[in-house]
Amino acid sequence: MGFQTIKFYQTGTYTVGNRLLLPDQRSVQAGESRSNSINSGHRACQGCGEALGARYAIDAAMAESDNRLIAVNATGCLEVFSTPYPESSWQVPWIHSVFGNAPAVATGIAAAMKVKGKKDVRVVAQGGDGGTTDIGFGCLSGMFERNDDVLYICYDNEAYMNTGVQRSSATPPAARTATTMPVGPEPGNPFGQGKNLPEIAMAHGIPYVATATVADLRDLEYKVKKAMKMHGARYIHLFVPCPLGWGTASSDTIRIARLAKESGLFPVFEAEHGEITGVLKIRRKVGVEEYLMPQKRFAHLFGSHSHPEMVIRIQEIADRNIRKYGLLDEEAA
Amino acid sequence: MIKPYAITLKPGTSLSNLTGTWRTERPVYLDRLPPCNNACPAGENVQGWLYHAESGDYEQAWRVLVEENPFPAVMGRVCYHPCEGQCNRGKLDSPVGINSVERFLGDEAIRRGWKFSLPPDSSGKKVLVVGAGPSGLSAAYHLARMGHEVEIQEAGPMAGGMMRFGIPKYRLPRDVLDAEVQRIVDLGVRLRLNSRVDNIAQGMQNFDAAFLAVGAHIAKRAFIPAGDATHVVDAVSLLRSMEGEEKPMLGRRVVVYGGGNTAIDVARTARRLGATDAIIVYRRTREKMSAHDFEIEEALQEGVMIKWLSAIRQAGEGQLTVEKMVLDDKGMPVPTGEFETMEADSLVLALGQDVDLSLLEGVPDLEIKNGVVQVSASMMTGYPGLFAGGDMVPSERNVTVAVGHGKKAARHIDAYLRGTSYEPHSKHELADYEKLNTWYYSDADKTVRPMLDIIRRQTSFDEVQGGLDETTALFEARRCLSCGNCFECDNCYGVCPDNAVIKLGPGKRFKFNYDYCKGCGLCAAECPCGAIKMVPEEI
Repeated sequence: MGFQTIKFYQTGTYTVGNRLLLPDQRSVQAGESRSNSINSGHRACQGCGEALGARYAIDAAMAESDNRLIAVNATGCLEVFSTPYPESSWQVPWIHSVFGNAPAVATGIAAAMKVKGKKDVRVVAQGGDGGTTDIGFGCLSGMFERNDDVLYICYDNEAYMNTGVQRSSATPPAARTATTMPVGPEPGNPFGQGKNLPEIAMAHGIPYVATATVADLRDLEYKVKKAMKMHGARYIHLFVPCPLGWGTASSDTIRIARLAKESGLFPVFEAEHGEITGVLKIRRKVGVEEYLMPQKRFAHLFGSHSHPEMVIRIQEIADRNIRKYGLLDEEAA
Repeated sequence: MIKPYAITLKPGTSLSNLTGTWRTERPVYLDRLPPCNNACPAGENVQGWLYHAESGDYEQAWRVLVEENPFPAVMGRVCYHPCEGQCNRGKLDSPVGINSVERFLGDEAIRRGWKFSLPPDSSGKKVLVVGAGPSGLSAAYHLARMGHEVEIQEAGPMAGGMMRFGIPKYRLPRDVLDAEVQRIVDLGVRLRLNSRVDNIAQGMQNFDAAFLAVGAHIAKRAFIPAGDATHVVDAVSLLRSMEGEEKPMLGRRVVVYGGGNTAIDVARTARRLGATDAIIVYRRTREKMSAHDFEIEEALQEGVMIKWLSAIRQAGEGQLTVEKMVLDDKGMPVPTGEFETMEADSLVLALGQDVDLSLLEGVPDLEIKNGVVQVSASMMTGYPGLFAGGDMVPSERNVTVAVGHGKKAARHIDAYLRGTSYEPHSKHELADYEKLNTWYYSDADKTVRPMLDIIRRQTSFDEVQGGLDETTALFEARRCLSCGNCFECDNCYGVCPDNAVIKLGPGKRFKFNYDYCKGCGLCAAECPCGAIKMVPEEI
């Protein structure tokens, strides 16, 4: 992985900042002059992973583009909570598209900038998992296929949260949503085939694809900055826990994201032109129960009417990820 | 023109939406008490000085350290570091080597000639300190820094007390001790050696207050019938005579009777004086031994032998009669009636020490119990203005405790001289392991101090433990988790989804913007060191 971890300076690069590091080794978020792209007063729930992830990502993109950035936003939680008419929390040029066409709108803006000769203005499009993996999927695939000069960031909270926690194609197996109730022999969302958008993006052979979580800020900033240094279609899939939809404590957002990565359920990697070039290794491996149990959307797997066989199947998914992406160091395995 | 409602409003910022009103709990910054600080008998702000050492500012680290304890180079060698026993990092990998960093700072201060900052204007008050051991010197140091005139009267020929006459050179080289004592004298403390106080009531007449710290240096005796030819000495006089020109003659086979640190010191000293066999005889078992485990271990490595469950009954010429013991259900040794003999050229008794209380005769209202002077919570004896500390008051007996007594007494003496009373700060709540988020700390094992080659240890009085060099000391300092105290890692500033944490700049920490803080608790959950607490909002 190209991300340079720094060890031994007390907290190394695990914390947001570190007074012992040289200024150029510090994160964007540690700086007093970070752009705070999405500012205070937004109406996201307490402990919202998406609000946090959006600021992490767009601040890094702003820093890398010298603040010459236009952000497109699909309909979804992020758009609704940040910009209820007539207020907005955004401190960047920002445009709201409809639910399914953010990639197309971004393509158009990028084309307009090209025509106007504004080579320095960069375009970011962002949406939730619903707007990305379901409704905007066609537009997104087209954007990839044409290799339009846009960085698309998907904030994945694994369901349609804004409209009341309905299932999306990114909802994990067994999860309870408003439309996948925990009833019947296999309660919650069916196991199905899944829809791995980072791999679908890689299949387009676009210059850059990466996954990240809000639990690894330095990794996320590295990936956004790297993507901003490149041109063409780029895709970052950012894992953002949702306290409301997942039934987790508002203070647990980062811990849950960390457990998703440490259990292997959410592999964190990057790929260039369809080939994986780096993997963030598991540091303190945990079983999937540790990730599932704090979440009320998985409560029916545990307790008096538990479904250990479903937990085993989820563990198999994690184990497959660990094998497939090589998430464990040899000596840790 | 009548506009539709949706376009009648002008664009605005979300800052007009004060989301702080959603909050039911608010985060607050606090300093919790790190377990190391809590465990330190001298009340050092360990986390506080490590903070400066972490950034390589050793002088500032040393200055914070000596606020509480003027003997870092001594402490870094002889302190039993209960801080490390309590260190939260011990639950993660191994405790921070606090003691070795302390020694590095102490040695660095001597090497670079750092001096104490000079005391403020004189208070015009005079304080007598009796005894130039760790407790007396510590009290003198703190009193001098508070602006009082201090005179130490010491019966012996050199300052240091048990640090000089009790602790062997291989643990505490004398040039180190001399340097740290001299620094206290340089503060303007008057040190009168060979000046025994026979009667404290008379001695303190020309002073406004007095601090007694004469230590405990009369060896306890056990009744052991001994023939004239047997060479029986006590540990205190043996270790004391090590300071003179003539080294004591112990012979080739030395038996030490006792189970404390002094017994270990004597046995290791005997080895260094050329004894082929140094055997400790102790009535109970290793678990019951009051000596510290690492010292027992070092002694065993050097070839010291220990005979457990044995009591010495008689000392004849060249041999001892020993009775086997067993432990009863309370762990006390009981004789078995089985005897054996063992050869010995000399027998050293290390059975503990008593206090010489003769100078207290005639002082009214003193309470003496179990051979030690009773003092109040302010370290004052029953006689107004007469304070006491160190080994002569009820407490654990070691250098660090004595230094702590000196500091505590100094604060109360200062208040007494001002006609007020000293109220210690209430202690912060403890920063125990459960309050930390250890995910954020780098994995880093403890740097082990180099140990002198075993052969050199057995035959010379060179210091056994080496020190850390700058790189290793810095590494070690940076293993500190900064428990309970903000070290400006920016996590709270970063993880707040609402930008409700304001960064105040280097050294100034952070503050919450309660206009927007929704009280989600992410900052508290992700604070590595437990310096944020969620408290319920009052409604």
